[in-house]
Order: sequence, then C-alpha cells, then structure tokens
Amino acid sequence: MGGTVIFSKLIFLGALEQGFIYALVALALFLSFSILNIADLSTDGCFTLGCAVSAIVTVGGHPVLGLFAAMLAGVCSGFVTAILQTKLGVESILAGIIVNTGLYTINMAVMGFVANVNVFGCDTVFTKAKDKLPMEYSKLIIIVSIVVIIGLFLAIFLKTKLGLSIRATGDNVHMVRASSINPAFTITVGLCVANALTALSGGILAQYQKSANIDVGTGMVTIGLASLIIGETLFSKRSIRTRIVGVILGSCLYRIVIALALRLNIPADFLKLISASIVAIAIIIPYMKNKTRFWINRRNSNKEIESIEDQEDM
Amino acid sequence: MLKIINASKTFNPGTINEKKALVNLNLELKTGDFATIVGSNGAGKSTLFNAITGNFYVDKGHIILGGEDITFKKDYLRSKDIGHLFQDPLKGTAPNMTIEENMALAYLRASTSNHTLFNRISAKDKRRFREHLSLLNMGLEDRMKQPVGLLSGGQRQALTLLMATMVTPKILLLDEHTAALDPATAENVIELTKRIIKERNITCLMVTHNMNQALKLGNRTLMMHHGSIVLDIEGKKRENMTVNDLLNEFAKNAGQDLDNDRILLSK
Repeated sequence: MGGTVIFSKLIFLGALEQGFIYALVALALFLSFSILNIADLSTDGCFTLGCAVSAIVTVGGHPVLGLFAAMLAGVCSGFVTAILQTKLGVESILAGIIVNTGLYTINMAVMGFVANVNVFGCDTVFTKAKDKLPMEYSKLIIIVSIVVIIGLFLAIFLKTKLGLSIRATGDNVHMVRASSINPAFTITVGLCVANALTALSGGILAQYQKSANIDVGTGMVTIGLASLIIGETLFSKRSIRTRIVGVILGSCLYRIVIALALRLNIPADFLKLISASIVAIAIIIPYMKNKTRFWINRRNSNKEIESIEDQEDM
Repeated sequence: MLKIINASKTFNPGTINEKKALVNLNLELKTGDFATIVGSNGAGKSTLFNAITGNFYVDKGHIILGGEDITFKKDYLRSKDIGHLFQDPLKGTAPNMTIEENMALAYLRASTSNHTLFNRISAKDKRRFREHLSLLNMGLEDRMKQPVGLLSGGQRQALTLLMATMVTPKILLLDEHTAALDPATAENVIELTKRIIKERNITCLMVTHNMNQALKLGNRTLMMHHGSIVLDIEGKKRENMTVNDLLNEFAKNAGQDLDNDRILLSK
C-alpha cells in the first residue's frame, strides 16, 4: 500500500468489515435504547461473552455452531437482565451494571480462566467460505450477509404484533397495559433479542480476528451508541426499515472515521476519547441545528422591526 | 355487570400522610348502566377507577366484573375487559407509532391465542380499522400511516375512545375524558361517546365536573365524598332534578357543601 494514498482500498475494506460486525451491537442498542427506552449497560460484558463462547466452540471445531452458541449465551444474559428489572424490582440501569459485573467471571470461566483464547489455525466461518467466494471480498460478503439477514429479521419482527407491543412499551407503557399486554413480557423478549445480537457481534469478531480477549468488550456501549446516534441523526423520524438501514450505515461511517484517525497516526490510546467525542458531536448536531434556526429567525425578526421603526421615524 | 363490595383503600397507613381514599365503598352497576360520578376534590373518584383497573389492589373488599372476582387479578389481564380513558389525551395512544399500529395493539385484546403475536397487520385488519375510523368523521381513515403524535388532542381522545371500545369492554371507565379539550371538540367527543355506548350497550362509569352533564348523560348519577358514595339517583327522581337540587342533596348527605374548585355549574 503506497504511503501517498491516505485511504487504501485494504483499509477501507477493513473498516467496512468492522463496521458491519459492530453494526449488530448498534442494532441491539437500537432495540433496547431507541425502541424500548432502556439503557442496557450489560452490553460490554455480553459482547465479550459472545466473543468467548464463539472462540471456545470454534476451537472445538464448530465455527457455525459457535455463532449460534454465542447468540444463545446472549439470550441468557439478556434474560437475567430482564428478570432483574421486571420481576425483582431492580432499576434497569442497575440491572445492566450488575449483570455486566457478574459476566466478567462468567466470561473468564468460559475461556477457562485465561485472559486470551487463540483461534489461529482453526476453521472459522471465514476460512470455510474462502474457497467459494472471491478471495478479497470473502470476509465482507459473509459479514454483510449475516447483517442483512439480521436487519431483515428485525424489520419484519418489529412489524409483527409482538414487535408492535415492544415498540409501544418504550413509547407509552400505559397503553400497552390497556391493550392487555404484559410489559414485563415485552421487555424480556426485547432484551433477549438485543443481547443475542450483541453476543453475535462478539462471536463474529472472535472468528474474524482469530482471538478472544477478556477486555474486548470494554467501551462497547459507547461505540454502539456512537453508531446508533450517527445513524439515527442521519435518518431520524423515518420508518423502522429506514432507521435500521441508517443504524447499519452509522456503524460503517463510525469505523471509517476511526480508520481515518488511525491513518493520521493518532495513537491507539486516543481512540476511546475520539469515540466519546463522536457520540457527543452526533448528539449535539441536531440540537444545534434547531438553535441556529432560532438565531436566524431572531436576527431576521430584529431586522424587520428595525426597518419598520426606521420607516415610522421618517 | 360490575359489583364492588365493601372496598377500602388507605394510602400511607399509619403515617402522618395517611389518606383513606376508599371507605367501605359499595356499588353495583347493571349491564347497560351509564353512571356519571361527581364529587369533591379528593373524594376518591380516580382511586375508584384505579382500583377497578388494577393499578393497585384494594386493602379490603371485592371487585366483581361480569361475575368474575377480579380483586387480585393483574392489571394487564383485567384490561381485556376494561376500557379506560384518561383526562390526558396523550395517555391512551403511542405517539411515535402510526394510527393503524395503535389500533392493531388495541385489537390484540380480541385475540384469544398467543400465535397471533407473530402475525403482521393483515389487509383484513386494515379494512376493519378503516371502517371503525370512518365512524369518527374526522378523515383519520385516510391518515392511517401517520404517527398518532401528529393528531390534535381531540382527535387522539376520539381515537382512544375508538380503541377502548373496538373490542366491546365489559365496562368503560371515562375519567373526565373531555376536560382537557376545547368546548367544541369536547362536545364532539361526548356525542361520540353517547353514540358508541348506546349502539353497543356498554356499561359505563364517567367522572365529570360538569354538573349539567352529570344529570343529562346516562341513566344514573353518583356522588362521592370521603371515599364512599353518598348519593345514587336514577329514574324519575333524576329526570326532575336541577343542578341546584343536586347540590342541596349532596350537602344534606355529605354534611357539607360540595367543594370542588373545578366544578362547572352551568353548561
């Protein structure tokens, strides 16, 4: 790769691949944070859980099963978070923090109490498909297909009556009860699905980078939120389908920005600060848009008054 | 249809803030009864409604709806048989969802099995919602894909009324559901309420602060004071009653004048 090219094709491909992998976390947060209106802070631990489970099963020789196992583990994690807040009266944010803390031990246990599991030399979903797909794009094709399937599933699911109930739970919980739906049930289903997606994302990453690490999930909530908010800002107040596409694109965009930052020789240690800044900026933009509109209106109105007064003076 | 036997509810018992909201309250509504409720501030009108919907459980007594003892039934299970409209028009609908999606949720009450949960809104559903909406004469049937948040308060309240009665409830609870609307819209919603209740022979309880309405609407007038019903009139006696008679009756039964800062004596 030539030094003169700031953004080589390879780096762009890598950013896209990662963008699509992490898009699943963004979609999970889309479900829990945007739709259900719950801040699910177990995301970090759940991502690592998916990563660990997928790595261990892949080492055992079953990469495809590894992805499903990761999802199942995510469902379990989401179920515990949901039960804590719906049946046992724990505040939703606390429920997430508690599960997140507990998951650290679980994740260590899954990895056999070592901080690192290597998948080098093992068959992964990527090595398996390499022969059948064009070499250069094989990874991207696999990842995109998974994300498209998940995106379609979500779009259809959120239009079913169960999906409508989940959306209404975050929108107006009184109305859900009045429709004879148990909000505890809709929250549980929503969190199970969301955490399955988070864990699947971790599971794919484990096979993609051929390793699982106990710290891989740290800061995942912020990264997921960054992608989500970029996507929601670009495609706000549209139909569910458009918003899902927006969230996936948001994740890709975020990864491209990060890749650019790395390319500009910003030290890796700064990445978390950059992520945090991106989240803040993405939230600030729509707010500032409204403010500028107000300023412009005020200025125009002041001018108008002045010109009227001027005329009266004459 | 609805029978409340000796219901009592005390908030914060044993503390300085103790509030006896319901005191040995007894009430029986026959099928098709449409009763209006008036009462002073804090008389327990909303508490009565919340006890019926299961927002909280009564400390003592029983609530029987359509022959079933629902005293300890969970709120979301009761709502299958109860329609409830609040004063706040925003409470009954989900603002970020479309009209048709809101109606689909309300219509879930009609389903008896769980697998309908995985169905999407069918063409048949849409036709049914359209028919219902056209009854409102608000043109909402042509805006079914729009989010409910775009509707006016009156339109939202009319839609909520429609949703609450789409699957005929065993009882309809109206908690001052027109108080937040402008007079013309309120009049429309009241007309609509009257029509739906009459057509479907729905048993209904309605809280109002409009004394005229309390006497004109429905077939019974109840007055509440300090957590119990102090006056219950119907038939001939009610027909001949004026607002002044009603206030006098209340003073006689409650031992004090009706003190309600929101009361409307005239139309």
